[in-house]
Amino acid sequence: MSAPETAIRKTLADANLQLAIYNNTGRFKENRRRAVAPDQLPEYEDLRTRAAAIKRHTLSFLDVYLLQLESAVEDSGGKVIWASTGEEAADFIVKLAKEREANLIVKSKSMTSEEIHLNDRLAHHELEAVETDLGEYILQLAGQRPFHIVAPAIHMTRNDVADIFTEKLGIEHDTVIENQAMTARRVLREKFLSAGIGITGANFLLADSGAVVIVENEGNARLTHSAPKVHVAIAGIEKVIPRARDLAVFLDLLGRSASGQALTSYTSIVTGPRRQGELDGPEEFYLVLLDAGRTKLLADPEQRESLQCIRCGACLNACPVYRKIGGHNYPWVYSGPIGKVITPSFQGKEKDTWLPFASSLCGACAEVCPVKIDIPGLLLKLRKELVTANPADRSAFQVWAWLMRRPGMYALAARIGRSLMGFNIGPLAAWRSERDLPAAPRKSFRELWKERKK
Amino acid sequence: MTASHAFIVIPSRGETLAHPVIQSRVMPRRVAIFVTCIVDQLFPNAGMAMVDVLERLGLEVEFREAQTCCAQPAFNSGYQREARAVARHFVDTFDGAETIVVPSGSCTSMITHHYADLFAHDPVALARVDALTPRVFEFSQFLLSLPNLDSLGARFPHKITYHDSCHALRELGLKDAPRRLLGMVKDLELVEMEAAEECCGFGGTFSVKFAQISGAMARTKVDSILQTGASHVVSLDSSCLMQLRGALSRGGHKVETLHLAEVLASRG
Repeated sequence: MSAPETAIRKTLADANLQLAIYNNTGRFKENRRRAVAPDQLPEYEDLRTRAAAIKRHTLSFLDVYLLQLESAVEDSGGKVIWASTGEEAADFIVKLAKEREANLIVKSKSMTSEEIHLNDRLAHHELEAVETDLGEYILQLAGQRPFHIVAPAIHMTRNDVADIFTEKLGIEHDTVIENQAMTARRVLREKFLSAGIGITGANFLLADSGAVVIVENEGNARLTHSAPKVHVAIAGIEKVIPRARDLAVFLDLLGRSASGQALTSYTSIVTGPRRQGELDGPEEFYLVLLDAGRTKLLADPEQRESLQCIRCGACLNACPVYRKIGGHNYPWVYSGPIGKVITPSFQGKEKDTWLPFASSLCGACAEVCPVKIDIPGLLLKLRKELVTANPADRSAFQVWAWLMRRPGMYALAARIGRSLMGFNIGPLAAWRSERDLPAAPRKSFRELWKERKK
Repeated sequence: MTASHAFIVIPSRGETLAHPVIQSRVMPRRVAIFVTCIVDQLFPNAGMAMVDVLERLGLEVEFREAQTCCAQPAFNSGYQREARAVARHFVDTFDGAETIVVPSGSCTSMITHHYADLFAHDPVALARVDALTPRVFEFSQFLLSLPNLDSLGARFPHKITYHDSCHALRELGLKDAPRRLLGMVKDLELVEMEAAEECCGFGGTFSVKFAQISGAMARTKVDSILQTGASHVVSLDSSCLMQLRGALSRGGHKVETLHLAEVLASRG
């Protein structure tokens, strides 16, 4: 499939949206830069190296760590559910909800649940799942998918939010952000108190202790995993790290890379359900470990590096393409540079073949990646796999390569090419659709050189 | 349950960035230049300016006429076989050259950072590539590798801003090198733009395959250039300059684009 050009054109032409994307990502980007600068975090480069090494190591021994995780979760009174597909994950939650007679479910932010369209699947069984992260809540009301991995409603203005609240909640139009937050808080408080199940994601899973680690800024994840009687955490299998002590490396990097925060406002480390004598916490705890394409990616030596991702979103904020086209023009829930490399692996490389080519290969993403994923390198590898599908393009490059090995022919062809630059055809027209083309010089360097030597 | 962890870590390629500029103690006498296809065909003045600067330093400049392209267009488009053929031609052409100077960060990086990937499965070719790449220098990188370079005799009485081209910045690590050279130019005022490190949007075939996005990226860059009030924008990659020049001219702006070599060759 080719790129959604009309939708992209619409995004590019929307001046308010452009400003919102560019300014918000710019703020994150600048905050990140300051937070990892040598005066703030002198060990930043060492931490990145260490984080990448831990991830690579864990992925190399994923089978071992997952089983260790499972037994640690069980030791602490929880249960692990292995889900090969999104459907299996949803089926488990539906069955659990029916058994516990929980028709209302609260959810904290989880890209993994977005990935498998969990809310739609639950709604299909007449289960109401309410998003409790403010951004996600707004999007749920608006019927949109996240625009950004960590800041899902980054594209919306306070006016947009006021419109949505008025339409969906029937309240008066109010553009004061604090009031909007209070409205959400009031609505959501009741949901927390009456929900039978709380679903969270997980930023990290600790194999040695069976703990689920959740970082957030609003406190909603904390309520989600502690207020309802049942806590279900859903996470991709790549989220496991070996030891609790490894967490120190990642917590130093995640908040800083995402938003420039040394630490997010809340960090929950949850180990199993409430134990005897404890006052808080759920009565039951389930960890749904999702494959849904991850083992396939792990088996792909060219692309598996992308499983190192900790979903900080730094690459989105750094990406000049994301900062123009925004999150909704990418075909899947994961947008930006990381979306560009994982979407083909998860959704099928034959689909959306344009995606790996929609990059200037500037490398800004790799520069900010806290776990050192070589995103441009992965894009190049994807391109290498995809070009076989384009015979006309291939022939053109074959001719090109033939010429480039024959200097005389190259010089001649280039001279002819220069004389054609005034025409408005093919790539020349595409170039001129956006900018001017310089007039071709009368003589090439090699011609000038020859004259000079005479 | 506990486990001991013997960390088995295989470092990924390109993890350590070579020092961007290594100063040599010996002044070379002769350099071969690779002018790149874009400079050859579209910006010959940048190539001539580079020759001028090199010759003024007393170097003998050699232009090997068999040279064509570094193979980057094919490599970046995913055509490895075609790229390999052209890269082989480059290696053959520059066989025996002591020092190769290139007026482009992008083409330099293609050779020094990506040729090895192309020949990963061909040990004989790889050995030739490994012998070649340490002798390939981007123009500013080369100048600063020379012993005791403190003046180029250049004068350029204008306010300029500098565009960091992506591959020079992120793959070659050239942030200070071009600025140090600009600092040697008499009467030149360098004003940094806010988006100096942001991509201009060129990206090779990206510029025509995704023209709308590429154009939008260029306009953001242009806005940043205009905010400095500079009369010229300077870079060490002609491809970026072509993109910026096109966008500046389409927007009706008077700012001119110049290759670093052209500024360094200028005598005001």
